[in-house]
Amino acid sequence: MSGERELRAAGPLVVAAGLAAVASVAVTAEQVSAAPVGTVGVLLPISVAFAVFIAVGEILRITLPGGRQSAPLASAGAIAFALVPSFGGEALHYEFPLAVTVVTIGSVVGAFPRALVGRGMHLDELARRVLTTMFAAALLRPRLPDLAPDAGDTAWKLALGMTLAALLAAVADATLAAGVRSSQSRAPFSTALVDEFRALAGIASAIGATGVLIALAAPKMGYWALPVFAIPLLLTQFSFRRYATIDATYLQTIRSLSKVTEVGGYTEIGHSRRVQRLAVTIGREMGVSERDLKDLEYAALMHDIGQLSLTDPIPGGATTMVSPLDQRQIAELGAEVIRQAGVLDKAALIVERQSDPYRPHRGRLDTSLPLESRIIKAVNAYDDLVGASLESDRKLRAIERLQMGIDREYDPAVVDTLARIIERQTEYAY
Amino acid sequence: MRDLPVMARAYVSAVVIVGTLILAGGVLHLDRSNILTAVTLVGLFAVTHLTRSPLRNNTATVRVINISVVMPISIAAVMLLGPWTAPLVAAAVFVDPGNQWFRRFFNVGMVAIAVCVSSIVYVSLGGEPITSTTDFRDPRAVLIPVLVAALVMEAVNALLLVTVIAITQNVSPLRVWFGKMSESAFPMFIYSIFGLLLAVVWSYVGPISAVLVLAPLMVARWVFAEFSLRQEAYEATMRSLIKSVETKDLYTRGHSERVSRASVLIGRRAGLREDRVVTLRYAGMLHDVGKLGVPTSVLQKAGRLTEDEFEAIQKHPLRGREITKDLEFLGEAIEGILYHHERIDGRGYPDGLTGAEIPEFARIIAVADAFDSMTTTRSYRGARSIEDAIEELIRCKGSQFDPVMVQALTEAIEAEGWDASDTLPTDLPAAVAGLPSFASDDDDPTAAGRLGLPTATPDDASELESDPAAGTVVEERS
Repeated sequence: MSGERELRAAGPLVVAAGLAAVASVAVTAEQVSAAPVGTVGVLLPISVAFAVFIAVGEILRITLPGGRQSAPLASAGAIAFALVPSFGGEALHYEFPLAVTVVTIGSVVGAFPRALVGRGMHLDELARRVLTTMFAAALLRPRLPDLAPDAGDTAWKLALGMTLAALLAAVADATLAAGVRSSQSRAPFSTALVDEFRALAGIASAIGATGVLIALAAPKMGYWALPVFAIPLLLTQFSFRRYATIDATYLQTIRSLSKVTEVGGYTEIGHSRRVQRLAVTIGREMGVSERDLKDLEYAALMHDIGQLSLTDPIPGGATTMVSPLDQRQIAELGAEVIRQAGVLDKAALIVERQSDPYRPHRGRLDTSLPLESRIIKAVNAYDDLVGASLESDRKLRAIERLQMGIDREYDPAVVDTLARIIERQTEYAY
Repeated sequence: MRDLPVMARAYVSAVVIVGTLILAGGVLHLDRSNILTAVTLVGLFAVTHLTRSPLRNNTATVRVINISVVMPISIAAVMLLGPWTAPLVAAAVFVDPGNQWFRRFFNVGMVAIAVCVSSIVYVSLGGEPITSTTDFRDPRAVLIPVLVAALVMEAVNALLLVTVIAITQNVSPLRVWFGKMSESAFPMFIYSIFGLLLAVVWSYVGPISAVLVLAPLMVARWVFAEFSLRQEAYEATMRSLIKSVETKDLYTRGHSERVSRASVLIGRRAGLREDRVVTLRYAGMLHDVGKLGVPTSVLQKAGRLTEDEFEAIQKHPLRGREITKDLEFLGEAIEGILYHHERIDGRGYPDGLTGAEIPEFARIIAVADAFDSMTTTRSYRGARSIEDAIEELIRCKGSQFDPVMVQALTEAIEAEGWDASDTLPTDLPAAVAGLPSFASDDDDPTAAGRLGLPTATPDDASELESDPAAGTVVEERS
């Protein structure tokens, strides 16, 4: 299901990039055949060098924190080739078709080995790279003659132009990425856009700066510019990977520790994981930003941790079955444990308010009740009713019961989203 | 400065004096052609130096690669300014609010010397000062000299720094180097390439290159800072969740934390590699995590436990493994958690392993665990003195404990002392009415007689007379 949806979401982007690539290759081929003999000789080895650089970068792609994919080296190489004005003393006169051709060939060649070992082509990201290369090259290359430094002058105008082109390309890239992500995960576009800018700001500025630097240094250094300036970016890339690892470890640890209540017989096996998955899906569709989704995820995993402080387990662990006062106490005890960490205050607050009714006093809304708490409240009740069961009847009955509690206990918007998701899931199950 | 040893004072003064002379030489060589470059570099250096991420050393496990901007900008200075004026960038190190004066002076001197030596190496290897006409395509003209110069700069810098730390803190220079510095040596060298980058682009586009060069540098630093924050957050979370097990029993408050500390002491003494010590720390912290799953009514039960209840408690190592088994980074710590109630003579649980069959981590934790439960107040008795506890450990070595680890703990505590803080106030009576009593305390070797053991399992912890034959098992191991 998800694979199909991913393909559908990235489809238009891939088609556009494919068309651009094919057209560019055709134009380039025609130019090469029409060009006088000596002129191709200069461009060929340089193009090959950049294609190889991009291919290697593609092979060395990483996963960023939050699960995004990135091939910083390949993207930096693409930007550099889109912008580079001359190379080792030779002026380079080409327009965007050659840039798109080289970037496409390099990217596809590099993506191929990964696809062979089953690690995915990341077509949407390749498509974005091709399109942003085209954009940057089309923006800057026609203006290169005007920006070239006069004799003895430094090239600050050129540097500024390149930086601007790279910046605009990065913005375009993030916007395209947000579009794909929003239709993939059903998150609202505005949320996805903010998420994307936040997530890519760091790595994209390193990529852009490296690309511009290679383009600025290549006129003097020639081929040396590529490996030399790749090394710092490689280290940046490494630090991102390390960060992503610890991020994953963090989640893994909380997941493991959330099993404590299950191992001790306080809650049903798999309860916290199911609540986590469903709560995150609902949160995403309701426009919770990625940063807040993290807290929702942690809170969902640990929402029952307060039960550990109970002297004896509740039968079946179903917190919905105990009195509101007890529920509240469990929530508060859990929040206290989580708050002790000192870094999970948001998650603690979510856990603390998880048992609060949506409309406590005669229909008055409590505006301080976080959306995340409302989500966990509904999902927790749902999972207490359904458990690990796959029967769609049972699921629908549970939804009906939650719908009866709308207006007082549960947020109608949350229950609606939950119902929509469950409906979708049962549809696919048939 | 005044409280430093004479040697240290002499050394610091020497470095400061030499550094000052080098800087004075630099100032005399400033002229129209290089003053703009020099001033921009110093400013750049000062700004990046001010915004550097502080090296956190409050948590032992946090490994931070502190990306230093000292290297890249110094290298750029070497290439752009030459041996006389390049050391001037060192002056920027002085801008360091909050640091002690003598340290600031020392740092300036140190960087000045390192940059000066490195510049001389660069020039003598045929490296040319970078101008807009330099031909970068020949690696012998620039690339090779600059890489060697970077290595030399790092070496001189490290030498001066290690020496001052070794003298002032009276530790072996090797220890200083392998403590934290060796880790950052390679990244520092790699980042000196930023210096090359800066110099090359500078010669082409002028000072605007600084912005471009700084971007990736800042990003990398920001990621590393985020990384260390995350790691701290991570530790804090783990610690607080562990503490939640201890809220179940007033008398075991802080137990996991102290066992973790004692385990690290033992591990270091026993010569474990530093990365294993880190894992051991986690193992100590998590050794009782399985108790989180034991119903509080059982943990707090006063008086005898039924067979079922006793079994529930005995399962805590198994449950601990169950909880932690997916945590890849824990590695051998998981075995340590599973087997920390095994005994050398094979009468422990859950598997009755003997001697060297018991994983090293488990043998360490067993000793730390027993030591801490003896030296803290329990519901049925007051805290024992450290001497008494060690005596007891020695009495039980070979039967219950690995003699090597007991020895290691004894030595470590003699050398470094032991702070049993986070315990209850000493005036707390041994058995307060109304307080839950930890009837199931199976960590404390002397508590065995108090365990409400059902007769069906007399072997588990009932008697602790040392078995003279059992001692040989462990001794052969080493």
